[in-house]
Amino acid sequence: MPYDPELVAPMRREMVDMGAKELTSAKAVEDFFKTKKGTALLFVNSVCGCAAGSARPGLRLALSGDSKPDRIATVFAGQDTDAVALARAQFKQFPPSSPSAVLFKDGEPVFFLPRHMIEGRDAPSVAFELVSAFDEFCAKK
Amino acid sequence: MGTFHSDKGELHGITVVVETTGKRVYVGRCDEETGAGIVLLDVDYHDDGADGKSTSDYLRFAARYGIYKKHDRVALPRAEIRKVTPLGKLSAR
Repeated sequence: MPYDPELVAPMRREMVDMGAKELTSAKAVEDFFKTKKGTALLFVNSVCGCAAGSARPGLRLALSGDSKPDRIATVFAGQDTDAVALARAQFKQFPPSSPSAVLFKDGEPVFFLPRHMIEGRDAPSVAFELVSAFDEFCAKK
Repeated sequence: MGTFHSDKGELHGITVVVETTGKRVYVGRCDEETGAGIVLLDVDYHDDGADGKSTSDYLRFAARYGIYKKHDRVALPRAEIRKVTPLGKLSAR
């Protein structure tokens, strides 16, 4: 059963404020993934205080660096069921995980940060993982 | 950031590997750990050698990508538990 929309509103806003496009429907996910060229980050948002509480600030920190994805989007696990299901179909080689982050390059997933690699870590540690991936796959040569 | 339920033990909310005294290893999100044992949520398990995979092979994949859950909840008595390790610690190795 989805959480109260008022409870998750600040968590949604946090993502939008850092420039992520919120994908709340299957159609929105489909449209987002129509563009293959370049790099795109999909963040699977979650209410989980044990991991998402450092994942979102970690992502914000990572996005303040020089290398970053061309496009950023987010779906909310446990909230936007259809959108999440279709989004996960784009990286079905990885087990479902929320919160998590997937980096795509030219339409292919090239980096996955699952929940268990976020849990118990602070925002800078999460940012470090993401920045390493951004440097490898998003740096403009 | 801490958890919302500090009375459930320091591993509450953390994905852990539970090595048992047998050949089975469990991976799941720790809900509660007490002297009596551990309760895991969203749980997968592997028996050493099953599907042609050793426990090391299974844990190598789990540490990198996570798990496909087989059970919503599993409670393991302390007597069956050999070792509990956060899965994230294996990922960092």
